Amino acid sequence: MKRLVTYTILASTLLLGACGKNLNQSPKYGLNAEAVYSDPDNYIKVLAKLYSGMSMTGNQGPAGQADIAGIDEGFSAYVRVLWNLQELPTDEAICGWNDPGIPDLNKTEWNADNVWVKGMYYRIFYQITLCNEFIWQTRDEKLNERGFSSAQVNAIVTMRNEARFLRALAYYHAMDLFGNVPFVTEEDRVGAFTPEQIQRADLFEYIESEIKAIENDLTPAASVAYGRASQSAAHALMAKMYLNAKVYTGTERYTDCATYCEKVINTNTFQLDDVYQDVFLADNHTSPEIIFPVVYDGLYAQTWGGTTFMICSTLGGTMVAADYGVNGKWAGNRATRPFIEKFADTSVDSRWLFYNTGHQLDITSMSTFIQGYPNPKYKNKTKDGLNGSNNATSAHVDVDFPMFRLADVFLMYAEAKYRTGDQATAVLYMNKIRERAFGDQSHNYSSVVLQDFLDERARELNWECTRRTDLIRFDQFTGDSYLWPFKGGLDVGQATADKYNLYPLPTADIVLNPNLQQNSGY
Amino acid sequence: MQKKTTTSFFAFLVLLCFSSFALAQTGIRGTITDAAGIPLFNASVLVEGQGKGAVSNDKGYYEITGLKAGSYNLIFKYMGFSPQNDQVTVVANQMITKDFQFASKTQDVSDVVVIGYGTQRTKDLTGSATVINEKNFVQGSLATPEQLVMGKVAGLKVTSNDGAPGSGSTLRLRGGTSINASNDPLIVVDGVPLDNGGIAGAANPLSLINPNDIASFVVLKDASATAIYGSRAANGVILITTKRGSASNDVKVVLDSKTSVSTIAKFFDVLSADSLRNLVNANGTAQQKALLGDSSTDWQRQVFRNAVVTDNNVSITGGIKNFPYRLSVGNRIDNGILKRDQFARTSVGLNMNPSFLDKTLQLEANVKYVQTASFFANRGALGAAFFDPTQPVYSGSEAYGGYFEWIDNNKPNTLSQRNPLGLIEQMTDQSKVNRAIANAKLTYNLPSLPSFKATVNVGGDYSEGTGYTITPATSASGYFTDGRYSKYRTSKSNKLFESYLSYNSGSKWEDQTLEVVAGYSYQDWDTESPNFPTWNEAQDSVIAPEAAFPFYTRNVLMSYYGRAIYNYAGKYVFNVSVRRDGSSRFSPDTRWGIFPAASAAWLISEEDFLKDSKTINMLKLRAGWGVTGQQDGIGDYAYIGNYFQGATTAQYAFGGQYYQVLRPAGFDANLKWETTSSYNIGLDFGFKNDRFSGSVDLYQKDTRDLLATVPVPAGTNFTNEILTNVGAMQNRGVEISLNSGLIATKDMRLDWTINATYNKNEVLKLAQVLDTTSPGVLIGGIGGGIGNTIQAHQIGYPTYTFFVLEQQYDSQGRVIEVGSQAEIDMNGDGNITAADKWKDTNAFVDRNKDGIINVKDRYYAGQAAPKMFFGTAFNFQYKKWYAGFSARAELGATIYNNIHSNSATFQTIDGTKKYLNNISSLYYQDEVQRTTASQLMSDHYLESANFLRMDFINVGYNFGKLGFAKEKVGLNVNFVVQNAFVLTKYSGQDPEIGGGIDNNFYPRPRVYSVNLTFNF
Repeated sequence: MKRLVTYTILASTLLLGACGKNLNQSPKYGLNAEAVYSDPDNYIKVLAKLYSGMSMTGNQGPAGQADIAGIDEGFSAYVRVLWNLQELPTDEAICGWNDPGIPDLNKTEWNADNVWVKGMYYRIFYQITLCNEFIWQTRDEKLNERGFSSAQVNAIVTMRNEARFLRALAYYHAMDLFGNVPFVTEEDRVGAFTPEQIQRADLFEYIESEIKAIENDLTPAASVAYGRASQSAAHALMAKMYLNAKVYTGTERYTDCATYCEKVINTNTFQLDDVYQDVFLADNHTSPEIIFPVVYDGLYAQTWGGTTFMICSTLGGTMVAADYGVNGKWAGNRATRPFIEKFADTSVDSRWLFYNTGHQLDITSMSTFIQGYPNPKYKNKTKDGLNGSNNATSAHVDVDFPMFRLADVFLMYAEAKYRTGDQATAVLYMNKIRERAFGDQSHNYSSVVLQDFLDERARELNWECTRRTDLIRFDQFTGDSYLWPFKGGLDVGQATADKYNLYPLPTADIVLNPNLQQNSGY
Repeated sequence: MQKKTTTSFFAFLVLLCFSSFALAQTGIRGTITDAAGIPLFNASVLVEGQGKGAVSNDKGYYEITGLKAGSYNLIFKYMGFSPQNDQVTVVANQMITKDFQFASKTQDVSDVVVIGYGTQRTKDLTGSATVINEKNFVQGSLATPEQLVMGKVAGLKVTSNDGAPGSGSTLRLRGGTSINASNDPLIVVDGVPLDNGGIAGAANPLSLINPNDIASFVVLKDASATAIYGSRAANGVILITTKRGSASNDVKVVLDSKTSVSTIAKFFDVLSADSLRNLVNANGTAQQKALLGDSSTDWQRQVFRNAVVTDNNVSITGGIKNFPYRLSVGNRIDNGILKRDQFARTSVGLNMNPSFLDKTLQLEANVKYVQTASFFANRGALGAAFFDPTQPVYSGSEAYGGYFEWIDNNKPNTLSQRNPLGLIEQMTDQSKVNRAIANAKLTYNLPSLPSFKATVNVGGDYSEGTGYTITPATSASGYFTDGRYSKYRTSKSNKLFESYLSYNSGSKWEDQTLEVVAGYSYQDWDTESPNFPTWNEAQDSVIAPEAAFPFYTRNVLMSYYGRAIYNYAGKYVFNVSVRRDGSSRFSPDTRWGIFPAASAAWLISEEDFLKDSKTINMLKLRAGWGVTGQQDGIGDYAYIGNYFQGATTAQYAFGGQYYQVLRPAGFDANLKWETTSSYNIGLDFGFKNDRFSGSVDLYQKDTRDLLATVPVPAGTNFTNEILTNVGAMQNRGVEISLNSGLIATKDMRLDWTINATYNKNEVLKLAQVLDTTSPGVLIGGIGGGIGNTIQAHQIGYPTYTFFVLEQQYDSQGRVIEVGSQAEIDMNGDGNITAADKWKDTNAFVDRNKDGIINVKDRYYAGQAAPKMFFGTAFNFQYKKWYAGFSARAELGATIYNNIHSNSATFQTIDGTKKYLNNISSLYYQDEVQRTTASQLMSDHYLESANFLRMDFINVGYNFGKLGFAKEKVGLNVNFVVQNAFVLTKYSGQDPEIGGGIDNNFYPRPRVYSVNLTFNF
């Protein structure tokens, strides 16, 4: 009996001592990279994440399992941080919130610790790292090893090219906003290293070479699935780069800009929507004008960033949320007087969508919502006036964000033509925009001056994340040639330093990566 | 069986021979046993003054011969017991039988403490450990066990998280050693290390243990004591022993009944309805004035109540034929002071500790089963104080359940607060949690090797929480979704297997003892929660679909450990231990770690020059060093690169078809535990037969490979911040505890204890690159805006240091606000007009003088944790009367009054969004008009959090045995006031807020209890 006890104890000790293999635990509901890429059906799911890196903020939707840390998840949406960095330091918008960093953007007084600057920077590099991984995992030698059919391989190669486009787009924003940034490609594997810094002009060349390498291998716009990047999306990106090339490289590339605009225009796949506001509605995926959208859905793609933010942040006071197909009024963004006054013919310009009942034009307090006009241009209602898909709560919207649309291409084309001496083509394309806006030719230009392009872009592309870039191209963003409320911190506006033409690299990364040189002035 | 008979027969023959031979001998023989009757091996017996003695064999048998007839004093000694004497008279030519039983079982002897995998005499401890027994526990009606030792242990800070029923506490021993890993001590109940993670539906995992079942706490503080627990021990180890059965066959029944009333200790000081009306009518806009109502509602009195708490416990202790047991049943119904809040717990505890096989096999089995049922009142109602007091509770209409609500365009206003009483009455949030903790420990004295004992301990801790919330469609909160129904479930299991072999030399060698233990341990935790969609109230439409995959996580810890304690002459004690841990949370390359420790004690009072001192009865010097780790509080798979599928609400559409995404997660392949090296020097002393006793400890803890979530270089991982081993931290401190019997007469006793702790925490390193221009890791979210933070971890400062702007004041000492009118000519136009407005640089000190106020101008001011804390208790007894109190004080902590900064400005009254708020009366202190981001960061809102809290005052009378029943019944009556008062200069409701940010806190109630204890 005693011996039995002894043996039992010894035996059970030995038995359980053999549990060492239990130390190898892995997630029950997660897959390692090898498992993911061995199944051809998984590639499109990873590709979906590369795209949703621009729309969603995490794996949960609308909040939870965030992609980016160190910033409120709702704030971290690609389009939301981009919008804040492109609009708040301009005349187009002032935000009334006490959230960290917002007043600094309104006042053009940010520094390298600004949470929005950080949010944009890390969101961009999050995109780049995801794309790098996908491009690496889908390199030819790997695809050949996996024994897929040639049709499968071709489909995956197209996806890889889209990933290269998405990476180029992210690098474009990095170049536009930050200038000289860390540079990583698919050759850099995840792990502990410090990336080298690339100069703005060199990054320009890299993006150009990337797009040139893939532009013909992407799907033509006419046959692309809505939401995925087509050849025209790549061409529109190139046009945008060339339009601002002087800012990025010191060399004008207006001819190349015009060439790439023509590539988009000549597909004849896109046309201006009949009604201006239809481009910004819940069913804008049917708009013939959108070249490259960021896709949202009130039920299946929920976020507190994106277009939900764009709609709710400008609703407040006496506005009725339900009129805009949402249930939240966040009372944040209004436009300023100098911008509002760019609309001369408010009764007939279909782009005048401001709400002014009970609002005053001048802003003396950033946080007083009734100062300045809200701009509810995006609306979670369909053309027929129906609510978006999330009719139950109306918390999230269906509106897609038009990252590139034909009107922008027309205006880029007009400006590039004007700057290369073709006044007639410039007027022609400017008037296409005017005719849609006013419904007839009564407000057409007979001739144009350079400032008209900036102002027309302001009216046409307001709150579409392009204002800062445009003001910089016209040298009106910093300095005192153009003032608006709270520019430089004063309610009447004052001159700002030229260093603000670039955002700083976040302190957090400067500290970690000794290869990085901070942008001058910060 | 055949063999056994033969052996017995042989033994009988031998015995017979001895007996006949013994007729010629003169001496003593007998068996030495412990209180449970278990024979003690290697116990020594000495015949005083004769130089003769013996050591017992494995049957506990001893024999001393060669004595002359006469009376002798025998001294019995055994490890873990104080030497005991007994008289014997020896008769010539006879072997006198003298059996000896040590008075009580080892564990119950107050000067023996449970240490990891064994016990040790308090006197011989080489590490820093504090034992708190039942008689020193905090009195009153307590929901959770850790509150029993609040303020009782130097170095251990127990802070109740809030005043909600069943709410847990935060335990910090010698400061925290970690930033992002857990700072909680490891808690081991009856040998089972608990999973201290939360469980859905329970306010706190420890609330699932009935405090009434607890016999003692042993707090192991320094690494020399804790290193035997290896990779989880960096924040100390708390060993909880529950009450157990006794060897006695008498059945003892104890009935303990507590009835309490909780009341809110302090209401928020907000404006009354009339004050708000006056203020708005005097300074408000037309819009605000139009929103004012004509009622006078005290919203706090609408949502708070006086609540009754009952706590009844019955325990039965006894033994059935050497089968000791203790059975306890407890029931606690804790009603919160927030209306509808309730925590009900039913617990059953069974302990059995029988022995078998001639008492060589001992079983100790514990089963604890607890079920809690909670009703969580809507915490949104905690903001009741700030609801507009000029509005009525009920609107008079039927909409929204009859409650007054703020309306915007005929719908509930989405930005305003909801009617606080409506929030409470119109939400059902219920949960049930079941937890069973069971273990069986078998200890076997190896028959062939009597100095050895083999122990196998098998345990499990299983819990499951389920719950649901319902918001009715008729309520304002449920208006937009036709109500809301959601449910949740979590189940956890924690399995333990341990086996160890111990060697005890007993008193075999004169003056030397050696105890060795070596063992193996395997622990396995998993947690699973399925996902459920959120429905509308009628459950016929889904509001939010469930996430893609259920939550499941598992981790395993395997360990080997060993310890040797060598004691020379009762004067010098050496203790070395080592543990090797392997954790599934780390890669095969980094998962194994070694945690060594060594310590020594010198019992100076045992030296000849002090041995006979009448003043100093105990003086001991201790010194120890050890290395411990921390790995709790981090993800289970953080070292593996994996792809996770996104939820159905985070899809992306291509051509109208939605795809669930696959996202790679950031990972650090080289992740490992953080490591803390600790040094401890201590002095224990006892004067005048322990009438004054105490100890002093000095310690230093250096943590390296700190687990912290820090940024990674952009472009190098699938995230921008990752949990990794980076940085270093140091804690240094002094602990003093003193115990004193101020009065000790036959009828009267007065005992006083005090303990004091000083701890200095400093972050030494945070990133790979040292850089003091970066503001550090910003943390400490506050109310007001989204994402504003008020604290930072920064090199050279304690963790959670406040990081603020320096406020400037005008000539009259008033707060300067950005944008408010200045009394001097700011714009230089020669006149002072409304156009002269203060700028940022007037309001705050521009520390870096760049003309802009931003994060670069913030400075580090004050820490959230106290620098010093104290606990003291008085216990007075006069005949059958007794009384006492226990108090705590904390000094050197700073608190950020978020109520003042965010809810005491005129702007907070609002009115622009079709509703009004009430504001704190602190508004009158500085009359700040606007809440701005920079105003929130002002150091104006930092206050000292120094306080002294009277945790309880009690008065009782012990009737002793009352003769009104056939069996006499003992009765003890005790009146207790918990949280009697707080002395503080803090302007808010309560200065004791974990984390140091005061914002919408569930107030700690004041509790009046009557406790009746019957003994049958």
